[in-house]
Amino acid sequence: MELAARYRDEGADELVFYDITASPQGRSVDREWVSRVARVLDIPFCVAGGIRSVRDAEEILNAGAEKVSINSPALANPCLIDALSARFGAQCVVIGIDSQLTPRGYRAYQFSGDAQLTQESGRDVLAWVREVQERGAGEIVLNCMGSDGVRKGYDIEQLRKVREVCRVPLVASGGAGAVEHFRDVFAQAAVDAALAASVFHSGSIAITDLKRNLRAAGIAVRPPAGEMHS
Amino acid sequence: MDAVIIDSGGANLASLQFAFERLGAKTRVSADPAEITSAARVILPGVGSAADAMSRLRKSGVADLLPSLTQPVLGICLGMQLLFERSDEGNTDCLGILPDEVKRLQPAQGRPVPHMGWNQLSPVRGDPILEGIAAGDYVYFVHSFAVPVTDLTIASADYGIALAAIVRRGNFWGTQFHPERSAATGARVLANFLRLS
Repeated sequence: MELAARYRDEGADELVFYDITASPQGRSVDREWVSRVARVLDIPFCVAGGIRSVRDAEEILNAGAEKVSINSPALANPCLIDALSARFGAQCVVIGIDSQLTPRGYRAYQFSGDAQLTQESGRDVLAWVREVQERGAGEIVLNCMGSDGVRKGYDIEQLRKVREVCRVPLVASGGAGAVEHFRDVFAQAAVDAALAASVFHSGSIAITDLKRNLRAAGIAVRPPAGEMHS
Repeated sequence: MDAVIIDSGGANLASLQFAFERLGAKTRVSADPAEITSAARVILPGVGSAADAMSRLRKSGVADLLPSLTQPVLGICLGMQLLFERSDEGNTDCLGILPDEVKRLQPAQGRPVPHMGWNQLSPVRGDPILEGIAAGDYVYFVHSFAVPVTDLTIASADYGIALAAIVRRGNFWGTQFHPERSAATGARVLANFLRLS
């Protein structure tokens, strides 16, 4: 809750809440909590974690989220994407993909919230990106597992490949460790947004500084809270 | 009661209610024609598809009532699009309060559709709903269909093509963006609307 309010005040453009252990534990994200956060947020709010049915999604949206993000449940039941998109519109349906380079190319992984249960889904990432768009996804978050947690930068090469086949907004995830990493991913992979967690939670990158730097580098971003646009 | 939010059956009215709550305003969600008629102000939200929303509004009788309202009415996102004559989305006949048609957004200059994200407002003419809003202020858009810039447009946005961001005719206003999710700028638009009578 405190983090949510802090990010709102610093000028974050969107908040995504991942309850990453929900899917591996067979449960879904707490509605009451979603509602408490939605009450204080005046920016877009996306919620992920064990959303397995239209009903789950409806409860999350009714609690005040803007969008739901689906990862493992979509791999298990791709028709869920069609159903959610038909009911709520594509703009509500974000597909999260945990991707890793293997000898067979980039593959999508399930249950990545629990190292014991993480498994390769059997799907090729580029084919899955095409399929989820056909089924009605309105946005794709590509979490590159190879760079996630390492803070050495986003996986530009992989994001570029996905960008080529992704016509909906693409969000880069995994690897942010420094301001330049954000600059590079916007400039070199043409992503629509960049997501990060630990560098913001720890305070090693302040959103205000990051936005000032990106604007100075000529990347169009909303100015930090309280600062005028040029 | 400061405003009635029309219950068009879609999910996601909570974020709008919370936004008014943060402004200290009292709102009520209702599909009751009598309650809507007597409201000081009326909000027509909309998430979902045009055809679904119109069929729900027709079923509840609100579709017939809306054009006759004389208090300030604000359509948000799909709610704004429903104020027009027709939408490309499912070839839907809409409320016909405003002329023109809602068209599918054509990807211009490789920009993704839906148009999802923060974009800048360009005021076209003065209006009380723009009070305190400057050219270039950012608001949050999420849409795949759009209304072209016409003489009803009071602010536009550029997404490879120019599109109507705020429209007005008489007591009917519409925002293509989501003021309830547009930080301080969005809160200002809603506060301005609450001052209209």
